[in-house]
Amino acid sequence: MSDLSCTLLIIGGGPGGYICGIRAGQLGIDTIVVEQTSPGGTCLNVGCIPSKALIHAADEFHKIATVADSPLGITASAPKIDLAKTVAWKDSIVARLTGGVAGLLKKAKVRLVIGHAQIVDGKRVRITTPEGEQIIDTEHLVIATGSAPVELPFLPFGGPVISSTEALALEQIPQKLVVVGGGYIGLEIGTVFRKLGSDVTIVEAAHRILPQYDTALTKPVAKSLADLGVKVLTGTAAKGLGKTGLIVESEGKKTDLPADKILVTVGRRPRSDSANLTALDLTMDGPFIAIDDRCRTSMSGVFAIGDVTGEPMLAHRAMAQGEMVAEIIAGHNRSWDKACIPAVCFTDPEIVSCGLSLDEAKARGFEVTVASFPFAANGRAMTMESEAGFVRVVARKDNHLILGFQAVGVGTAELSASFATAIEMGARLEDVAAIIHAHPTQSEAIQEAALTGLGHALHI
Amino acid sequence: MGVYSMALPDIGEGIAEAELDEWSVKVGDIVAEDDVLCAVMTDKAVVEVPTPVSGKVVWVAGEAGDTLAIGAPLVRIEVKGDGNLAKAADVAPPVAAPKPSETPVVVDAPTPLAAHTPPPVVKQPLGAGEKPLAAPSVRQAAQDAGIDLRLVQGTGPANRITHEDLEGYIAHGPSVNESTAKRAEGGTDIKVKGMRRMIADKMALSKARIPHITVVEEIDVTDLETLRTQLNTSHAQDKGKLTILPFVMAAIVKGVAEQPGMNATYDDEVGIIHQSHPVHIGIAAQTPNGLTVPVVRHAEAANLWATAAEVARLSAAAREGKAKRDELSGSTITITSLGPLGAIATTPIINHPEVAIVGVNKMAIRPMWDGSAFQPRKMMNISCSFDHRVIDGWDAAVFVQRLKTLLETPALLFIEV
Repeated sequence: MSDLSCTLLIIGGGPGGYICGIRAGQLGIDTIVVEQTSPGGTCLNVGCIPSKALIHAADEFHKIATVADSPLGITASAPKIDLAKTVAWKDSIVARLTGGVAGLLKKAKVRLVIGHAQIVDGKRVRITTPEGEQIIDTEHLVIATGSAPVELPFLPFGGPVISSTEALALEQIPQKLVVVGGGYIGLEIGTVFRKLGSDVTIVEAAHRILPQYDTALTKPVAKSLADLGVKVLTGTAAKGLGKTGLIVESEGKKTDLPADKILVTVGRRPRSDSANLTALDLTMDGPFIAIDDRCRTSMSGVFAIGDVTGEPMLAHRAMAQGEMVAEIIAGHNRSWDKACIPAVCFTDPEIVSCGLSLDEAKARGFEVTVASFPFAANGRAMTMESEAGFVRVVARKDNHLILGFQAVGVGTAELSASFATAIEMGARLEDVAAIIHAHPTQSEAIQEAALTGLGHALHI
Repeated sequence: MGVYSMALPDIGEGIAEAELDEWSVKVGDIVAEDDVLCAVMTDKAVVEVPTPVSGKVVWVAGEAGDTLAIGAPLVRIEVKGDGNLAKAADVAPPVAAPKPSETPVVVDAPTPLAAHTPPPVVKQPLGAGEKPLAAPSVRQAAQDAGIDLRLVQGTGPANRITHEDLEGYIAHGPSVNESTAKRAEGGTDIKVKGMRRMIADKMALSKARIPHITVVEEIDVTDLETLRTQLNTSHAQDKGKLTILPFVMAAIVKGVAEQPGMNATYDDEVGIIHQSHPVHIGIAAQTPNGLTVPVVRHAEAANLWATAAEVARLSAAAREGKAKRDELSGSTITITSLGPLGAIATTPIINHPEVAIVGVNKMAIRPMWDGSAFQPRKMMNISCSFDHRVIDGWDAAVFVQRLKTLLETPALLFIEV
């Protein structure tokens, strides 16, 4: 195979890498994206998108299955699900999206090379493809190798022990599913299989689920899990594979939890050891590649973006970094100046956090006002039988500048754009309070939270 | 009620006039006996003049910076009783006394800002954890324009920076939006008096009379520094710490022994060069009032530590204004050193009527080629000026080379040949 050269070589075709590629192409930079499997990375192939597809399918199934208990007066015969078909449908969405990414790259005149990248040095990468080896020389290198599920040494993947990747491709609903790790990925997938009929147990070593959020935010989720019949064992540690399932230990007592599948979701680790990255001997920040506010690594001409560079490991952070790096390489003056990175947890109900929490604001030395508005007082929420949850706003006491929003409730993921817009635009409580929010929508709770912060909420 | 007229007292031997340095009183003030009326300056001494009587000041002779003859009227004080003037009404100053109106007008009040200048918007400093508040499009526009938004004052809610704020900053620069760089008006006039006037006169004399030639040479002081560090390690406790200055002084002593023409004064009015046998080295020293040159006398007869101690004592005295008159005059050659501020090269002005001055520049580690590789060496320049009327360029260069040799091979400083 003939060797190639380019101005910009991006290793990894995930959200960070492909966005970087598209933007670079738009800016006229001769760009190659190298991807090991299919473009779209974890997000499109085995992460955000497939999990949301399954969450939707499970929600639909669950609604019909439980419709008799609802006060809506609807009756239906017991639903059935063919998970293989569901997964095929999910795969078709993934295929459309990854095909779309490939098309977008092509449209931007970016070359996509499918193969395994091995870095030779900061300007040269060796690609192993089914057709043979290929050397690509480049002026700029962007490392976007992403992250992978953390494997527990005493519970290696294989057999009944699966990661989120396999969980999203199961063709049969496991009768008994044990989820190790009560973070957002474990809760999302655990909820899916509970709604589809599995007997689900979540094992969490900490004393509550989603420990990064405050209890007010996680309480509606915990209640929903309890209502669904998901067993949550907090303060419980997984110890290893037992005869019939997972051995766990709580307060010194070991038990064997029966399980057909054991889903391990204890976090994700950066792929900073892949692609022969160690050859560059870059400065690290713990397990992550250290970057500055322009995503530059310790080596000149080598950038890093996305999960491999640190928390929060979120697709939209990687995308924004990718876009910025492409513009920097094109000669624009850019640096990371985002005011917030919204984070959504697609549990039932959803949790959204954007900007600073109360504790974070206090830790930065701000005197703050906190106000929240419950969905129990929101008309639209009532009509959707989704009264659990609230919208909360954190603002500076002195000038009412909004520092952060948090919300929990069905459908709150879509409120994240409002939150981020307000924070990025530098809105004060008065601004949000003075904006007409359409009635009847859940978004009214945002306006009411701001009004509460100003001391004159109208609907409570 | 009478008026007491007080004359400027005789404040020193052979002094005919003195300069008013500072008034402690003004017309209308009530003074008690022994209160200080003013400070007057002669040569480099400042003397406070007390009042011998109590009363009300009704007239003062001139203002700070004026020169008064000894015995000229200084103040008039309205006193109880008769006073020493014939009539209380006769308070007009004698014709001989300088009138305040004859002195230049001192304008030290800055002209107020013109009324049409818009009041500057004060840029509030950002607190800890705060970022400049601006919408994403404003931030991007700022990055495109290369503007640090922390410097731009926002006029929006919560000091949010608007597109207009940014455009204003780009169009008019920080002067419109930032008080720290606002357009200045007027100025401050400072009367040159006292010590500053003496320095000014002396410098003008030196520079006007003496055609200077300045030679700059670099000196490898690595070995000298090793020696100095060694001496300080073993003797700092008992003999005191050595700076590089005593070594330079020792080199000068050695150098002028071979070239006595350097250690000399030149009276150009009578046409005599006086080559001095003692080496009295002036050390230019910065004091709160300005430049003074205390003199280390008989440097040829002192060892390193004695020289160092004398330099330290004199500089402290000069800084505190306690140096005696004879400690501030009589030098035969001068060293000027700004220490760490010493720059790469300077053009020292000769201390008239001397004929040579040695300027010591700052030390720095520089890569020097040793024939096969670069070596880190401690390098220091010296900048020496000479009176070209009486010292030829050749002799100047020989002297500087001699200093270089002595300082680069410090053992030579201590060997009698």
